[in-house]
Amino acid sequence: MNKTPPPKTLTPPIGTQAFDLLSLTMALVLGLHAFHLAWWFSAALAVTLGWRWWQRRQSSVRVPGWLKFPLLLLLTLAVLGQYGSIFGREPGTALAVGLLILKLLETETIRDVRVGVSFACFALMAALLFDQGLIATVVVALALLPALSTLRALEPAHKSASLPRTLLPALRLSAAALPLALLAFLLVPRLSSPLWGAPSPNQARTGLSDSMSPGNFTELLTDDHPAMRVTFDGAPPPPDKRYFRAYVMSYYDGRTWKYDDVVNLPPATLEVANGIRYQISLEPNHQHVLPMLDVPIGAPAGAKMRRDHVVMADKPVNDPQTYSARSATQYRLEPQLGQQHRRWLMLPVGFNPRTLALAAQWRQRHGNDPAAIVREALTLFHDGGFRYTLAPAPLGRNAVDDFLFETHEGFCEHYSSAFTVLMRAAGIPARVVTGYQGGYWNTFGNYLLVRNSDAHAWSEVWLPDRGWVRVDPTGAVRPERVALGAAAAAGSQLTWYRSDWMQAVRNHWDIVNRWWDQGVVGFDSLRQRGLLTPFGIRDTDTTTLGILLAISSMLFIAIGLGWALLRRQRRDPLLEAMRGLERKLSRAGIVRRTTEGPQHYLSRASRAMPVRRAQLIQLMDRYVNLRYAHNEPPAELLKAFRRAVREFRAPNVVK
Amino acid sequence: MRGMLPRLQRWAEGRLPALTRYRRPESLPIELHRRRIYIVPSGFGLGFSVLLMVMLVGALNYANNAALLLTCLLGAATAASMLVAFRNLDGLRLRSVRAGHAVAGQPIELTLRFDSSRPRDAIRVDLEKNCIAFAVDADADASIELKLELATVHRGWQPLPRLRVWTSWPLGLFRAWSWLHPEQSVLVWPQAETNGPTPNAPADDARQMQLHRGDELAALREYRAGDPQRHIAWKASARHDHLLVKNFEQPQSRPQWQLDWRRLPELDAEARIARLARWLNEAHAARCSYSLWLPGEEIASSSGVLHYAYCMNALAQLP
Repeated sequence: MNKTPPPKTLTPPIGTQAFDLLSLTMALVLGLHAFHLAWWFSAALAVTLGWRWWQRRQSSVRVPGWLKFPLLLLLTLAVLGQYGSIFGREPGTALAVGLLILKLLETETIRDVRVGVSFACFALMAALLFDQGLIATVVVALALLPALSTLRALEPAHKSASLPRTLLPALRLSAAALPLALLAFLLVPRLSSPLWGAPSPNQARTGLSDSMSPGNFTELLTDDHPAMRVTFDGAPPPPDKRYFRAYVMSYYDGRTWKYDDVVNLPPATLEVANGIRYQISLEPNHQHVLPMLDVPIGAPAGAKMRRDHVVMADKPVNDPQTYSARSATQYRLEPQLGQQHRRWLMLPVGFNPRTLALAAQWRQRHGNDPAAIVREALTLFHDGGFRYTLAPAPLGRNAVDDFLFETHEGFCEHYSSAFTVLMRAAGIPARVVTGYQGGYWNTFGNYLLVRNSDAHAWSEVWLPDRGWVRVDPTGAVRPERVALGAAAAAGSQLTWYRSDWMQAVRNHWDIVNRWWDQGVVGFDSLRQRGLLTPFGIRDTDTTTLGILLAISSMLFIAIGLGWALLRRQRRDPLLEAMRGLERKLSRAGIVRRTTEGPQHYLSRASRAMPVRRAQLIQLMDRYVNLRYAHNEPPAELLKAFRRAVREFRAPNVVK
Repeated sequence: MRGMLPRLQRWAEGRLPALTRYRRPESLPIELHRRRIYIVPSGFGLGFSVLLMVMLVGALNYANNAALLLTCLLGAATAASMLVAFRNLDGLRLRSVRAGHAVAGQPIELTLRFDSSRPRDAIRVDLEKNCIAFAVDADADASIELKLELATVHRGWQPLPRLRVWTSWPLGLFRAWSWLHPEQSVLVWPQAETNGPTPNAPADDARQMQLHRGDELAALREYRAGDPQRHIAWKASARHDHLLVKNFEQPQSRPQWQLDWRRLPELDAEARIARLARWLNEAHAARCSYSLWLPGEEIASSSGVLHYAYCMNALAQLP
């Protein structure tokens, strides 16, 4: 029994390669988090990282211990100063990244490196809390490679190689692990409700808002992120019918249009002549409203339709959500206005006198023909020298007056707002509708990609007997906006990266994003439960998933063990051929003894079967020649020998 | 943690030899295979799996599938690294153990020769308190020699202790190990006493003078296989049937020592061995010729390293 204590783990200073790889890992972590950290914070950390790397290359002097505490304090204060707290997603991550970089300062031993790598893995995962897109995930997965390589570099007596060659084995390991990882991903039971409070991200991406004042769309119209993706059952509606309704705004205070959420009234009557079914995958926008193709007939599960056919979800959309619905493309909405009439005519008192005068003039000219008044307004926009721009001049107190008679420039918000005010002033019930219009039809994936930049505002006027009719005054100014989409309308006003070809590439690439969003990001407990539907199991519960996971893990373990136990025997074709001959002879009753050499054995065989004597002697000579006359048996001779063995027939009767 | 595991392991081996496969010595070569390679997670591996659990729960709680995918990938890579660790040891073969010379109390150098049919990394061999790491680079069959030091206490045959071959390649998360207990002993030479009387040097007379190879031509003799070609006396050989070789010899000027066990009756066995060992050392250092008489063995007079080693071995093997 070995009583001596095992050798103590030596803690020699770590090698340069391990330290370099660790620094690279941390630089990647920092780079991934730099998107959401304050620029000065990232810059300070990057400088610290770079300095430490340089310092350790120069000399092996440790960073003095007294420096650690002030730096720690500084970090905490910086996080507090930036976020006002050290708890929560953003400040927590900032603190973690900061601590990770500071850990590098005291990294000298193997243990330090291991702690650093583990922590870096965690920080990499945290980066996915901010962006779980395909590219982010792939980049994070690639950032694992230097982390794993760092661990390899810690092992003694390994072959050192250049940096890319160092990363290669880690890539191979990850690639080998990928099938098991995907399987575990599919089968790890999802939680139907979170164990503790899921974070409510406060930095929501600007989406549509329930109020609209001219100018507040600008941010949205330059935001290229996808807002939703729509697939249609059957052919998609033509481009000029692709209006997606979000809010219907009735209240105007002279500057801002507001949506008032009328909860207690049933939806207005809708007479449907033609409908279309479709599914929408909505990106999280942290709002209740679900955009629907104009005009929705009903609300999907978990949502309610308001009076003006605005669909509101019961819970804000914090995760990607897919719903299917049916909308009317030819319809009569609210043919009888009834008591609601006055609501759609209200205008603030004491605003926009010139607009009111113009509207009164039109009313006098056309009397009771609302369609003619609408035409008059559209003609004004079309021929009145109006210009579509995303950077219009600011408007004063009488915003509509200024826009119609002074600046003549603006985008959809300005046009729909001015048009609606004109209509109301002329005595025609009118309202502003916001939502999305257009989108990019991806022929390959058969879906419509709607970006935030496709946000749009238009108007609806109520005409007797026809109900609410959609009028898009922006189309009068810039028909491309409706026909081709927001990017075409904006023309050269957008930055270089949204130039045509770039946009085309991005639009085509979106199918990958969609696939990722649907297949990976949107794979929730509900989808998981339906996983085995093709195999006849409707509802896969947690136990089934666990059993499946166990069984398939076993399978992978078996495959892995098979690989691990695989020992490549060096094939010896000559020996194999000889074994074949032995088998044939032993079937005929001549078994090779363990102590018998080939020459002896074959001589004995030739004596035992005289009919094959010549053949066997020849085989023996050939074998001995092949085996002992050459270092490596020549290929042709070997082939000939193997053929001879194949053709050898042992006689049935052996004397 | 670090102290606990080895203690637990020792306890388990003491209690449950069958479970931990505490093996009896076996003859070389020893090949590592699946039934004698064991794998446990290292301390770091345990810590890392806790981290993975935290990441898993976090990803599930926040319903963040990308993070879950990352966690799964990391976990699967961890599991795969276990197989790599196993494969790193599997098929490694300890071919032979050669021992150097050492006197009791000094470490003896062992040369371990390992054969491998594939490249391996970061394999460590523990022998008592010594640890040495090696890698095998070659793709095909290769053998590698390691030098390790083994502490010695007594003269005589000392059985080799158990060797531990282990690796934590590639990620340090798992530790795969196997015990090797070669059935082999190393001979430890006796320690010489520090000081004492010199042997009674025999008279330095002519009778003791012996011939050894020198520069002067002493005689011609018949050729024997292995004689250097330039010593052949070609001219003389021409007149004979056989080749003749010039025998160069000259009188030896150094004394010859006769070391005898029987001349030290006043000492006990170990003291006698120690004294004889010192005399052997001195004789060897003075490059003189010496003979040694031991109970049961009589070694004729000679000199040189081999003769010295032969004498020391004989001393070491005395009962």
